[in-house]
Amino acid sequence: MNNEDLQNIIGSWFPNPEAGNVSEVATISETEEGLVESTKTEEPVNPSLLEFTKESCQFLNITVQPELLHRLMSQLKSNSETNFDYLFCLSGVDWEPELGVVYHLESTIHRHTIVVKVKTEDRENPMFDTVCNIWKTAEFHEREVFDFFGIKFSNHPNLKRLFLTEEWEGFPLRKDYVDDINMVIK
Amino acid sequence: METVTINNNFKSEEYFINMGPQHPATHGVLRLILTIDGEIIKKVEPDLGYIHRSIEKMCERDSYQQIVHLTDRMDYLSSHINNEAVCLVVENALEIEVPERVKVVRTILSELTRIASHCLWWGVMGMDVGALTTYFYGFRDREMINDIFEETCGARLTMNYNIPGGLMFDIHPNFVKRTKEFITHFRAKLPEYDTLLTGNVIFQKRTKGVGILSKEDAISFGASGPVGRGSGYSCDVRKHHPYSAYDRVDFKEALKMEGDTFARYQVRIQEMWESMTIIEQLIDNIPEGEHKVVTKVVIKLPKGEFYQRVETARGELGVYVISTGTKNPYRLKFRSPGFSNLSLLNHIAVGGKIGDLVASMSTLDLVIPDIDR
Amino acid sequence: MNITENIQDWLASMMPESVASIVALVLVALIYLGIFAVAGLYLVLLERKVAAWFQLRIGPNRVGPLGLLQTMADALKLVSKELTGTDKADRFLYNLAPYFVIISSLMALAVFPFTQNFQAFDINIGIFFLIAISSIGVIGVLLGGWSSNNKFALIGAMRCGVQTISYELSIGLSLLTMILITGSLQLSEIVEVQKNGWLIVQGHIPAIIAFMIYMIAGTAETNRAPFDMVEAESELGAGFHTEYSGMKFAYFFLAEFINMFIIAAIATTIFFGAWLSPFGITESIPWLGVFWFLGKTLVLVFLMMWFRWTFPRLRVDQLLTLEWKYLLPINLVNIVIMAIIVWLNLTISWQ
Repeated sequence: MNNEDLQNIIGSWFPNPEAGNVSEVATISETEEGLVESTKTEEPVNPSLLEFTKESCQFLNITVQPELLHRLMSQLKSNSETNFDYLFCLSGVDWEPELGVVYHLESTIHRHTIVVKVKTEDRENPMFDTVCNIWKTAEFHEREVFDFFGIKFSNHPNLKRLFLTEEWEGFPLRKDYVDDINMVIK
Repeated sequence: METVTINNNFKSEEYFINMGPQHPATHGVLRLILTIDGEIIKKVEPDLGYIHRSIEKMCERDSYQQIVHLTDRMDYLSSHINNEAVCLVVENALEIEVPERVKVVRTILSELTRIASHCLWWGVMGMDVGALTTYFYGFRDREMINDIFEETCGARLTMNYNIPGGLMFDIHPNFVKRTKEFITHFRAKLPEYDTLLTGNVIFQKRTKGVGILSKEDAISFGASGPVGRGSGYSCDVRKHHPYSAYDRVDFKEALKMEGDTFARYQVRIQEMWESMTIIEQLIDNIPEGEHKVVTKVVIKLPKGEFYQRVETARGELGVYVISTGTKNPYRLKFRSPGFSNLSLLNHIAVGGKIGDLVASMSTLDLVIPDIDR
Repeated sequence: MNITENIQDWLASMMPESVASIVALVLVALIYLGIFAVAGLYLVLLERKVAAWFQLRIGPNRVGPLGLLQTMADALKLVSKELTGTDKADRFLYNLAPYFVIISSLMALAVFPFTQNFQAFDINIGIFFLIAISSIGVIGVLLGGWSSNNKFALIGAMRCGVQTISYELSIGLSLLTMILITGSLQLSEIVEVQKNGWLIVQGHIPAIIAFMIYMIAGTAETNRAPFDMVEAESELGAGFHTEYSGMKFAYFFLAEFINMFIIAAIATTIFFGAWLSPFGITESIPWLGVFWFLGKTLVLVFLMMWFRWTFPRLRVDQLLTLEWKYLLPINLVNIVIMAIIVWLNLTISWQ
């Protein structure tokens, strides 16, 4: 299934209640060539609550709000047209200033791939929903993300540090992590 | 089965056993905390991090050529394939087209690496279930491959022969001849492996019906490589997302449906046969040409995100690069196959006996530096 | 006539009768002890060389010519090690346990007929004595595990004990099958009967089955691979001899090899005609019988070593299933078949 269809199907699950309004500020609409930014347009805002982009990426990217994450993920898996049953990469990323998680999903039946991103501005206590109950591989991956970035996952069965010892302070893969002994800065 | 109790005061109760970091059966520094009741395992909890070297953080300050050198310390048994993964990411991002010669040589070396890794796996698998001699036979064949690597690449284990843009130097004139000799030798020896272990009744009783993993669980746990294929999940990256010269060779994907330890064992043996077929198809027709494309000294990837998947001997390795256009990646994540394969150890070991745990773990073929990175 | 009586008569010429008998006993015991303690060490070296041969390497070849002094060096090292012990271990039983094992092994060696007139004790219940003595060794194992005050050592010891006791049944029954032909438990008489052809030939089919069962059960009795889950699991759950070190550990270790020799020697005596040469070719030179006996025994020892380095291990429950559900019924049926064959005079014999 190509990206267009995927985008339409997935986007239709989360219709944007403000879709009918005309916006006067700069809106971003997705086209094949890239992001087009225009001001004072009569085009409606994003018809879906999700943001799609394929710019500078190999796969279709979906950016989703943290509250909708679990709903989106379970629908991605259970819906027979998308059927994303193989989560093959779960990475934490420190997009300064936000912290986020990137999920790479594939369907073993339709063989299409998609990327889901979720971000939060809260660096003190970042929290997302766990997807362990959808894909069992997420259990270890989320522990790793918690270990290195400090992102907590609600309802995780066993959220504790995986690689580093329990007493370790700080979250090493964050960009603002400082460690004079272990880090060698060139 | 419960242990025999002579004294009534010794009730069977659950207790913890440590299969500690130094242990003959865990291939590397892995600590497993087992909760067992008599002979039956109730829970397996891995304790990782003994060889964690924060490779991902180091990659954020290294140039791309230096990152290649870090990758073969991860899964050191498929070092060539790991290097190839990073080189492919860089080449695809910069849209460099490498010469045909490079693609074919990379494929041949990847398949030789796969055979070498499986030889070692077979030797260790026999040793884990008690046939102590298989270790030496596996290493005997692996030594021949190591000698070929030493002559061409300069090193036996951490090869670093791939660089972004091609190969570091051209192949040695003896490479083709020695590889052909090895294939002839190994074709005669591989049936010996079958006679020693595969057909042995004791071995079959130790591995059939043990550690069963269903196909849905395999997909849900993210199993890839022989672990997934042993359960009927067709996940060969070389078939579904071909890279290098895999789209022009003809080979079958080894698939078994039962999902037990014996099925995973058979998948790996079958993979060795298929690897030999691939090498035979390519070894006589290595195209002439340059052995690399000259890139800039300072490689800067364009802004964006790139993902490359390769099939190592353990499963699917993924390299995920987020670049902001500078000479170091902003974030580089390695999706290691062993990490997902380890997460299903608890699932397949619970309810079995300790001997079953050892047998199942050796078919998962874990290399701990791959998991800990 | 056997050597003990010979020595006794010789000594009687020098001292009173009763003292002569005691001195003869002690002398024979010391000679046997000396020979077989050293022989045990050389069996260890043989195992290492055989293992190396299977594994495409050389084996010990530095200490002494061809590595012949290797185990001497190892024994010296073990003797000089510190004898550690745990605090809460039951001191008396802890120290006693290794002696059970080594003494029972060495005692069994006394009744073997190495050649004509070369037998330390020729008692009329030879086979029965051998089986009984090997049962005593189990006590040592259980005592060792219990007195170590270590939960894992106890489990290991119990498993080992269960295994040994179960397989003794098979050993006893397969030996019984051959006794049906000889009609006597006395070892020298068993050899006499074999002058008409080795018992494995005389008994043809049931004898061959009995021999195969005996080899399997014998390997299991001594806890050797493929039946050594108890010891291999010592990687994980500790075998019964974890708490032992130094000389006491050496006793357990040596006893395993001497047991292996005993199992092979019993098989040689019962199945393959002890010191008799194949078709009576060297009948006229009786002292060559020692070499025949040792040769046949070493072939069987080699077979047991071959098993160890080739086969994977059986799981503990598979071990016991093999014995109770397979070997024992086959054994019982075999005895009946052998009884029928002997009754109908269908044994093969010549002259």
